[in-house]
Amino acid sequence: MVARARLRPAGFDELGLRRALGFGMLPLLVAAMAFLAALALAGWVGAATLARHWQTGAGAALTAQVPNPTAPATGRRGTRLDAVLADLGTDPAIARARALTDTELTRLLRPWLGATPASIGIPLPAVVTVHLADPPPAPAALTALTARLARDAPGTVLDTEGDWVGRLLALARSLQASAAAALAVVVAVAAAVIAVATRAGLAARREAIEIIHGLGATDSYIAGRFAERASLLAVAGGVAGAAAALPVLLALARLAAPFAAAPATPAQAGFLAALPAPLWLLLPGLPLAAAGIGFLTAQVTVRRWLRRLP
Amino acid sequence: MLRFDAVGLHYPHGAGSGPEVLRDLTFAVAEGAYRWLLGPSGAGKTSLLRLMYLAARPSSGALTVLGADIATAPRRALPALRRRIGVVFQDFRLLAHLSVFDNVALPLRLDGRGEGQIRADVTEMLRWVGLAAQFAATPAELSGGEQQRVAIARAVIARPALLLADEPTGNLDEAQAERLMLLLRELNRLGTTIVVATHNEALVARHPAPALRLDHGRLTELG
Repeated sequence: MVARARLRPAGFDELGLRRALGFGMLPLLVAAMAFLAALALAGWVGAATLARHWQTGAGAALTAQVPNPTAPATGRRGTRLDAVLADLGTDPAIARARALTDTELTRLLRPWLGATPASIGIPLPAVVTVHLADPPPAPAALTALTARLARDAPGTVLDTEGDWVGRLLALARSLQASAAAALAVVVAVAAAVIAVATRAGLAARREAIEIIHGLGATDSYIAGRFAERASLLAVAGGVAGAAAALPVLLALARLAAPFAAAPATPAQAGFLAALPAPLWLLLPGLPLAAAGIGFLTAQVTVRRWLRRLP
Repeated sequence: MLRFDAVGLHYPHGAGSGPEVLRDLTFAVAEGAYRWLLGPSGAGKTSLLRLMYLAARPSSGALTVLGADIATAPRRALPALRRRIGVVFQDFRLLAHLSVFDNVALPLRLDGRGEGQIRADVTEMLRWVGLAAQFAATPAELSGGEQQRVAIARAVIARPALLLADEPTGNLDEAQAERLMLLLRELNRLGTTIVVATHNEALVARHPAPALRLDHGRLTELG
C-alpha cells in the first residue's frame, strides 16, 4: 500500500476532487472554527494561570490569629497554638499551615509597635499563614474549620479573605471548564462541517467514484484521496484561523497584563513574552489538529458511504 | 473461469426487491474461451455482465468468477478480482476531467505500476487504437467512436484475465469494428477469456464463436 501511494504521480486527481472539494467555504469555516478554538484555548490558559497565581502566590495565603498562643488548649494537651496547627494540619481544605516565628512577627509589626513589641506589654497573638488546598474548598468547609478552631482555641480568628480566594479559584475552574466545553463544541462543529463537505464531494463525484471502484480501487484508496484533500483544506483553514486570532490574543493579553502573575521585567518584555508560553505551543497545534480532524472525518464519512457499493 | 449455478438476480426496489431480471442461469465459461452474449434489448445482457464484473452479487444461486465464490466472498476481496477484469461499457464511462492518457493509465495506476512502464504501455496502446495524437485531449473533445476506442484501450491495458464488452462496436465503423475484433482475437489467443454482448449479427456471422443467448432473463442457447 505504501509503495502504491508513492507510485501515484503527485497531484494526480483521478476523482476530480480539486473542483469537488475546492478552496471555498470549507477552509473559511474551518478558519472560523480555528479562530474560536484559539480564543477558547486562550481563555483556558488564562484561567489556569490566574488559578495558579491565586492558589500559590501571595493571594492564596490567608492568616489565622491565635490570641494567648502559649496558654493551654481547651480539653486537650498542649498549647492553644499547637491545637490550632493540629486542626489546620489535618483539615482536607488546607494544603499547608505554618506559624510565623517571633522574628517574622516582630518584623511584620515593627512599623506599628517598634522593634521590641514585648517591651510595651501588649500580648501578641500567634499568626499562622494558611494555604488552601486544590481544588478550592467549599465555603462550608471553611465555616466548619472556623467552628473547630473556636472550640479548641476560643478567640482564634481565621480571616475571611480565604473565602474570596476559594470563590475566585472556583470561578477560574468554571472558566476553564467553559473553555474546554467551547473547545469540544468547536471540534464537533468542525467535524460536522467537514463531514457535510465530504458528503457533497461524494455526491458530486459519485460517477467517478463508481468508475474507479469498478476498476478495482479499494475503499482505503478512495477514502485516502478524500482524506488527503480534506486535510489540506483543513490545514489551510487552521493556519488562517490561528493567524487571524493572533492579533486578538495579543490585544487581550495586553488588557489582562495588570492581572497577570508577575509584571514583565524588561528582559521578558520581548514579543514572546506578550502571550503565555503554553499559547505559543498551542497555536501552531491548531492547523495540525484541524488536519487530523479533516483526515479522520473524511476517512470515516467516505468509508461509510462506500459500503453502499458492492 | 466463470461458473453460474442456478443464478438469479433482482435489483432492490424501494423496501422490497424488484422483479427478477435474471432467472436460474446455469452455465460455465472455461478459461481462455470466447463467447458472444446475444439476445434482444432488455433480455438481461447488461445485468449478466454486471454479475461477471462484480458490480452486482447474485440474489440466489452460486457464482464463481476467477476462482472466487462471489456470493460468499468478503467485500474486501473484490477489488483485487476487479483489477483482473477489463470492461468496455456501452456508455464508455470515461472520466471527463482526465486526459485520454490518464483515462487509459488508470487501471495501471490502481494496480501500482511504475510511471515509466505506464508511459510506455499507454503510449503503445494509444498508438494501436489510433489515438496517439489525441493523448492530451479530454473525452468531450473526442467523437463517439474515438471515446469507444479509449474505453477499449482502458479495458485491455492491464492485460486482464477476463475481458467483458457491452456493445463495443456500437459507435465504430466497419473497418474499426474489424480492427477491434482482431484485437479481441489476439487477446483471446494469448489466453484472455472474453465475453462480448452485441446486437451486431453481421459481426457475429463474420466471427463465428459459441454464444450465450438470453431472453427475458433466461438462457435460451448455450454455445
